[in-house]
Amino acid sequence: MSATTTGRPSDTATYRGSSLDLVDLRMAYGSFEVIRDVSFTVPAGTTTCVIGPSGSGKSTLLRGVNRLHEPTSGDVLIAGESALEVHPDRLRQRIGMVFQHFNLFPDHTALQNVALALHKVKGVPKADALEVARERLDEVGLGPRADHRPRDLSGGQQQRVAIARALAMQPEVMLFDEVTSALDPELVKGVLRLMASLASSGMTMVVVTHEMNFARKVADQVVFMDEGEVVEAGPPARLFDQPQSRRLRAFLSEVL
Amino acid sequence: MTDWLELLRRTFLDFDAMWLVFPQMLGTGLKNTLIISAAATVIGLVLGMVLAIMGISRSIWLRLPARIYTDIFRGLPAILTILLIGQGFARFSQSVFGPSPYPLGILALSLIAAAYIGEIFRAGIQGVDKGQLEACRALGMSWPRAMRLVVVPQGVRRVLPALVNQFIAIVKDSSLVYFLGLLVSERELFRVGQDAAVLTGNLSPLVLAGAFYMVITVPLTHLVNYFDNRFRTGRRPTAGPTSGLKEVHEMDRDVDPLVHGENT
Repeated sequence: MSATTTGRPSDTATYRGSSLDLVDLRMAYGSFEVIRDVSFTVPAGTTTCVIGPSGSGKSTLLRGVNRLHEPTSGDVLIAGESALEVHPDRLRQRIGMVFQHFNLFPDHTALQNVALALHKVKGVPKADALEVARERLDEVGLGPRADHRPRDLSGGQQQRVAIARALAMQPEVMLFDEVTSALDPELVKGVLRLMASLASSGMTMVVVTHEMNFARKVADQVVFMDEGEVVEAGPPARLFDQPQSRRLRAFLSEVL
Repeated sequence: MTDWLELLRRTFLDFDAMWLVFPQMLGTGLKNTLIISAAATVIGLVLGMVLAIMGISRSIWLRLPARIYTDIFRGLPAILTILLIGQGFARFSQSVFGPSPYPLGILALSLIAAAYIGEIFRAGIQGVDKGQLEACRALGMSWPRAMRLVVVPQGVRRVLPALVNQFIAIVKDSSLVYFLGLLVSERELFRVGQDAAVLTGNLSPLVLAGAFYMVITVPLTHLVNYFDNRFRTGRRPTAGPTSGLKEVHEMDRDVDPLVHGENT
């Protein structure tokens, strides 16, 4: 996978995702409980899409997995080990996260954005980190734009850099928090394609999204949340075509 | 009428009196003003950064002292602080630096500047989008490292104009060191002008001192405006705008994974 500068994305590397289990997870803002007894399993190498109305706790749930927001009780298991018993900084090296608003470092080039944590956190020598960063950028189709700063990239390109940045750390699980919500419509497809190819390359992914077509086509499991609880979960065909609960039917009638 | 004008001219713009004091202004006054201001700014920047980091720390035992320090040194008139420190610590200073009040003057100015600069840094750092810290933490960076590598540099860059303004304020306040009684060779602009004015009974040397201050401060004010514009509008893009349609196919491959559906 040497550096290609044709502008065509190189093939995605093969990843070895780990399994992720949420066990009776509870989370709160002060005394206000926003996640109540959420349990589901994401088998290694599969993709789970979390859908639900705003305020349902989807984003908070993701932030509980990598402990940007500490759960109050329950457990998160990565490859069977409790995520709550390791140091958060070590845990987060194993879990990649992509945000709605990209959060790229504006004073770093795309390449530097991807290489920074690899060099500074994992201690990979700078030249090697840059080499890895270049490979990741090629994978997301941005090899030719490695030296651009975020402000010189479109939203879709910035988001793909953000995905490359998370992938560079060789995570076992990737979390996506409404990553296409802030994008212009014509730029959404490129990001979703990248995520789809990542899903098929062995990565374990939890995707909070409003893109129902993506959930239907790419997800192995769809979890519908409302008011901090899992209302319904299962394969996409069943959730979208035969919703059991009144709340999911009401939600789908609003978004489809 | 012309007598009156001539009187004004001789009082404020007596060029002969100015010319007499000009070498001292340049060689002693300007030199010392710049040394005092620059030293106070450098020390103020270091202390200010410490105060800013303390001020945004999660520990109340760091935040509280920073708050109290800032309230005291911003709340007191500069002249009072300078006199209290310059005279209060004179004996202590004498055993370290000798009899000159010069180092204590610089120290007092630094302590005052640190309070203001600390607030400037704190506002700048807190103005950095929360998502930046979050992205760092999500990558496994510790809080101190995220601050040092990503957040603080962005915060500092956005307050450069405010820092230049602060330097201008320090240049002007450096004249207050006069009250500590400087040695002849240590006199700054104001003191050189003041001495000459008293000696000749003519205000022109002070007007000349004013001109020297303006030579330092006015270009800096314009530099601030330049900075401000540049940072407001952002650096010029390295490339012209491109149509979003051009990148629609950037992620195209021979095989479209979206068509495949399930990926297990």
